[in-house]
Amino acid sequence: MTLDEMPVGSEGVISAVNGDGPLRCRLLDMGLIPKTRVEKIKVAPLGDPMQIRIRGYELTLRADDAKKIVLKEAGA
Amino acid sequence: MIFALAGNQNCGKTTLFNALTGANRHVGNFPGVTVDCMAGDIKGEKDCQVVDLPGIYSLRPYTQEEIVARDFIINNKPDGIINIVDGTNIERNLYLTLQLLELRVPTVVALNFMDEVTGNGGSIDVEKMSAALGVPVVPISAVKGDGVTELIRRAVETAKAKRLPAVTDFCSADSQVHRCIHAVIHLIEDHAGSIGVSPRFCTAKLIEGDPGMADELGLDENERELLEHCIVQMENETGLDRNAALADMRYTFIEGVVQDSVRKPRESREHARSVKIDKVLTGKYTAIPIFVIVMGLIFFLTFNVVGAWLQDLLASGIDLLAGVVDRGLTAYGINPVVHSLIIDGIFAGVGSVLSFLPVIVVLFFFLSVLEDTGYMARIAFFMDKLLRKIGLSGRSFVPMLIGFGCTVPAVMATRTVSADRDRKMTILLTPYMSCSAKIPIYAVFAAAFFGGRSAIAMIVIYLTGIIIGVIVALVLKKTAYRGEPVPFVMELPNYRFPSLKTTGLLLWDKVKDFLRRAFSIIFIATVVIWFLRTFDTRLNVVEDSSLSLLALIARFVAPIFRPLGFGDWRVVTALVTGFTAKEAVVSTMAVLLETGTAELPAALGTLFSPLTASAFLAFTLLYTPCVAAVATIRRELGSALKTLGVVVLQCGVAWVVALLINTIGGLFA
Repeated sequence: MTLDEMPVGSEGVISAVNGDGPLRCRLLDMGLIPKTRVEKIKVAPLGDPMQIRIRGYELTLRADDAKKIVLKEAGA
Repeated sequence: MIFALAGNQNCGKTTLFNALTGANRHVGNFPGVTVDCMAGDIKGEKDCQVVDLPGIYSLRPYTQEEIVARDFIINNKPDGIINIVDGTNIERNLYLTLQLLELRVPTVVALNFMDEVTGNGGSIDVEKMSAALGVPVVPISAVKGDGVTELIRRAVETAKAKRLPAVTDFCSADSQVHRCIHAVIHLIEDHAGSIGVSPRFCTAKLIEGDPGMADELGLDENERELLEHCIVQMENETGLDRNAALADMRYTFIEGVVQDSVRKPRESREHARSVKIDKVLTGKYTAIPIFVIVMGLIFFLTFNVVGAWLQDLLASGIDLLAGVVDRGLTAYGINPVVHSLIIDGIFAGVGSVLSFLPVIVVLFFFLSVLEDTGYMARIAFFMDKLLRKIGLSGRSFVPMLIGFGCTVPAVMATRTVSADRDRKMTILLTPYMSCSAKIPIYAVFAAAFFGGRSAIAMIVIYLTGIIIGVIVALVLKKTAYRGEPVPFVMELPNYRFPSLKTTGLLLWDKVKDFLRRAFSIIFIATVVIWFLRTFDTRLNVVEDSSLSLLALIARFVAPIFRPLGFGDWRVVTALVTGFTAKEAVVSTMAVLLETGTAELPAALGTLFSPLTASAFLAFTLLYTPCVAAVATIRRELGSALKTLGVVVLQCGVAWVVALLINTIGGLFA
């Protein structure tokens, strides 16, 4: 499952961060690396981007970019 | 001594900068730094300067801000780094800290928002953290000023003693990453020494695949192959690619530091409050209606209440002063030409632009409050989808919206658009949002030519501006700003009360800067226009304005406007004077047509047909904004040549659109 498919309000653990170039580096720099827990907080009123919570802070992410983040099978 | 102040966005960096420097600040001019950084003298210390670097998350060379910060530290070799860290969001903030430590410069970490951490029952063991990072850690609250004196003392002490960070290894001993890093350090140590940059920093950048680093170090083929070999081996052993492996190493180290020294509160009050506020402000059904109300209120307060009141006050002040000077000069019997220069030229021209200052200030004030509270980031969040199609992000929405009020604060507000590419594109597009100073022009023409349908005419005008703006954006996206769009990965900080001091200082900086920079351009433009209006070719004062130099020039360039349907020299003159301030278009026409403003709509009927009037309106909508706006664009783009390009582009677009209206409309007439 990728982060964009994860339902709002649930949590998952990152298993891989795909993509390349500046976007991928930015995601890694922000702390989205394998083994990190992410929680999907909400989706913007127009349907995109989404708001996620990692490492104790909140981040916006476009659905296209969230597709690059692969999750381990969802835990509670 | 020079200190660099570095930190993430939203960690209170500007507030700390103000607390460190008080009012002794100036725009720093440092060699090799393209974006200007603010610099200031540190309070209570002799010969100590601090430079406020852009807010960044990493030292990769991908964004303009990162390049500026990195180049400043590497090329200007500051004596020390003050690294501000948000104590409530410590893991991600320390990620930058580790990269700064790799640069091997005397560093002090300032732990900000410590009052929030302790207020929520959390705690940070400063001694332990300091030992783990190998640099002094000072808890502060930048807003309250707590700990700032201690921070200054420790920073100066560390820099004076040239005490480098004591910890150098962030990789766990004997790990694959550790082996790779040390092999590479060994390989490049001499090269790094010869260019005077820390080998550890170079190594990290080489492993991350930093494009310029291998060339900078002058590695030969052999060394490059060895380097690649080390990295590939590490990738194979860890199962992570090079970038992920290094990020993983840093975050693993940070997790260890945090585990030992930080007791996190369960949930902070500030966060709980933010969640509640967000339920409404970014709620599915409430976000956009509330946004409309907030922006409506800002415009209402600016144009109908505060700004308007201040504007009237300032305008009557200028009138009063002009009156006194007028009488004084008349009584003194000064040469009438000089009298005209001072009263009709300087007072009238500069005064009319200055009377806009209150509107600019008030709008900019509201904008900084939106930014400082954290609401601006939310607007960017829910408006992002709308702007993505034209190659921008939600960050550009509010500056563009402010453009409907006044282009000057709108262009200033693009500072909040953190990505350089997006920022420049926003600056180019903002003038297409029709500013409020053009309303009098629309009103007069709508009354003259569209009578009962003036409201529809107004809407069509505004929509035309937006549509042309979108087209220009799409063209820019495909041409000048092709490249990769900057990733929209934005932090949503907790809502905070804005610091009045920070907002006040920012406002004061902006006003001072605007007056200093824009004033000279406005002054020159008004005097030039006055000169052209007052004299003829033999430098005699003209009685009849149709004989003036300005009229001569207008007649000369009028053929350019003939295909658009308004080649009359009086119209062209009005457009030229509109460059000083847009409301001058209407008053100039009234003067040249020898009517009062009230009779102007009737008189315009002799110059325009409804069709050519439409073409003219399109032209005024789209052509170059006033001199104050151009001066601000020049300031924010940092290039006179690019600014000239913007002006030419705008006039070109205006001309083409007006031509299309006149030609296509002519086919149906």
